[in-house]
Amino acid sequence: MRGASRAAAFAACTAFAAAAALGALACGGGPASDAIPVGHVASMTGDTATFGRSADAGIRMAIEELNGAGGVLGKKLELITEDDRSVTEEARTAAQKLLQRDHVVALLGEVASSRSLAAAPEAQRAKVPMISPGSTNPKVTEVGDYIFRACFIDPFQGAVMAKFALGELKAKRLAILFDFKQDYSVGLADFFRDTVKKNGGEIVADERYTSGDIEFRAQLTTIRAANPDAIFVPGYYTELGLIAKQARELGINVPLLGGDGWDSEKTLEIGGDAVEGYYFSTHYAADSDDPHVQEFVKRFTAKNGATPDAMAALGYDAAGILADSLKRAGSTDGPKLRDAIAATKDFAGVTGKITIDENRNARKDAVVLQIRGGKFHYYRTVSAE
Amino acid sequence: MDNLIQQLLNGITWGSIYALIALGYTMVYGVLRLINFAHGEVYMMGAMTGYYTARALGLATEPSLGGLALVLVTSMLACGLLGAVIERVAYRPLRGAGRLAPLITAIGVSLFLQNTGQLVFGADPKFFPALLRSEEVWRSGDVAVSNIQLTVLVTAVVLMAGLEFIVQRTRFGRAMRAVSYDAPAAALMGVPVDRVITGTFVLGSMLAAAAGILVGLSNPKIEPLMGLMPGLKAFVAAVLGGIGSVPGAMVGGLLLGVIETLVTGYLSSTYRDAIAFVILVLILLYRPTGLFGQPQTEKV
Repeated sequence: MRGASRAAAFAACTAFAAAAALGALACGGGPASDAIPVGHVASMTGDTATFGRSADAGIRMAIEELNGAGGVLGKKLELITEDDRSVTEEARTAAQKLLQRDHVVALLGEVASSRSLAAAPEAQRAKVPMISPGSTNPKVTEVGDYIFRACFIDPFQGAVMAKFALGELKAKRLAILFDFKQDYSVGLADFFRDTVKKNGGEIVADERYTSGDIEFRAQLTTIRAANPDAIFVPGYYTELGLIAKQARELGINVPLLGGDGWDSEKTLEIGGDAVEGYYFSTHYAADSDDPHVQEFVKRFTAKNGATPDAMAALGYDAAGILADSLKRAGSTDGPKLRDAIAATKDFAGVTGKITIDENRNARKDAVVLQIRGGKFHYYRTVSAE
Repeated sequence: MDNLIQQLLNGITWGSIYALIALGYTMVYGVLRLINFAHGEVYMMGAMTGYYTARALGLATEPSLGGLALVLVTSMLACGLLGAVIERVAYRPLRGAGRLAPLITAIGVSLFLQNTGQLVFGADPKFFPALLRSEEVWRSGDVAVSNIQLTVLVTAVVLMAGLEFIVQRTRFGRAMRAVSYDAPAAALMGVPVDRVITGTFVLGSMLAAAAGILVGLSNPKIEPLMGLMPGLKAFVAAVLGGIGSVPGAMVGGLLLGVIETLVTGYLSSTYRDAIAFVILVLILLYRPTGLFGQPQTEKV
């Protein structure tokens, strides 16, 4: 009897403590009543943590600048970031939290396509617009009419790198090594493969890996045996760094090519010498001589102590598009805001002039960067036309 | 042909990591009849210790064999201690409590270490400093051997030979074999069973730590959950070789590494993780004692 009552008392205490903790969370997480809450679903930790952190830094800077200039609709914007730990399923939960707990007027994020695809149905159901800064897989905006993106899509990016390999590098025999667990990587590999075949090239090896793998020597040995002129590795930076190292160890000396998934300073940290001379397509070049870009790079570097990568620039632009649309909509109402975002035309972003097309994608040029001397260098621009 | 030889070489290097981890499973099973599911986490702690040691000593900037050896020894000592603590705190109080309770405790220890790891080291992957500058040391036709692969192989072989020596030629090894054969009888003959069990955990954990460092060297991405999959795979390797058998764990580990590499190289990497578990099911169905295990007759 005594034992039972003690257990009951303990249970009551636990329940009370839990309730108190929840209450504190709800109060702490909620927006101040006079601010417009904006949610950001981001990979702040985990395998692709630089994507989330960069995008978040870009968005934060944009929002601070906007608030400094008086805010939007007479109110300040308040950013609430929810970490998804780079896990696909968590992105959905993060989106739900932001929508249901914080009642955000719009969602920004995710960068990785698989995670945007997990979060997008939640935004669509709640009729809250979502703008992905950097998800390039076409399927993302096909989820519904509330889903937008601030970047180009993979049919374009895949074609850019295929044509670059065939034209610029004069490579005819191409190999592919892609991450079949990521929609981004699968999509990019598909469009690269198609473009190469249509333009007289040949895919001599087509290998795959899984996000989180650390051993790639088996696939690389098979690729080496096919004797390609270049290898397309459209994955994210963590695996890329390991792949590049193991490729060099196996005596593979042909260039590796990639997409915007490489755009992180971690590529240089992990890959070191092994990524020297390789090329990838992305959204903007920090060493471009465009004064608009230079101004952004200067302010971002002063604030964050690091050069902004593409995800930071796209985050900045995504927040900019949102603020611009809020002003034009004159309201935070979901459908009205949606229509305003869809009508975005020639928005002057740091990643180029952004016009949202009928499929809710941004039409923009791509740039090709080369890794030289442990840095990303602008190589050339490929027009969207 | 060159291609096949290269793949076998890749597989043996990769498998030697599994073998080092599998040895810990098999030795502990030998003396305690316990599957120590926290063993994969000891491997993770080994890699983490190495990472912080290398950074604290500033070894990342000048790669050298001496630096690598220093990191290896430090990490092995630290994890040996960790193994002893785990045994003392989590398993010894349950000695004689049947087999299920320690097994569940092992899973608890595993979860505890994973989550402590995330708390202390952070969930982000870390990149193991390059303790050796990668270079080709041997080539014939298309078969290339890098100094990194060679170091992994040589270290693994030396450690396994050292273990074999300890088990077969030393007093402690004889005590270990005696406890493994019949613990109560060994205790009656004056073998300090508890001390032998602690020693077995220390040895196994040191080998796991070495595996962690070797992975850091050849596949330099480490994170708090890195022990999960290799832990399970090494368990499969130990069962494949015959759990409780030291040579069995070595052969099982190497075999699993080679099979995984060949499946990835010649079929598809989609099957890489599946194959290990298919092997586990097949072994349990058709040869539960594994390749080297002795069939045990139930005593009545």
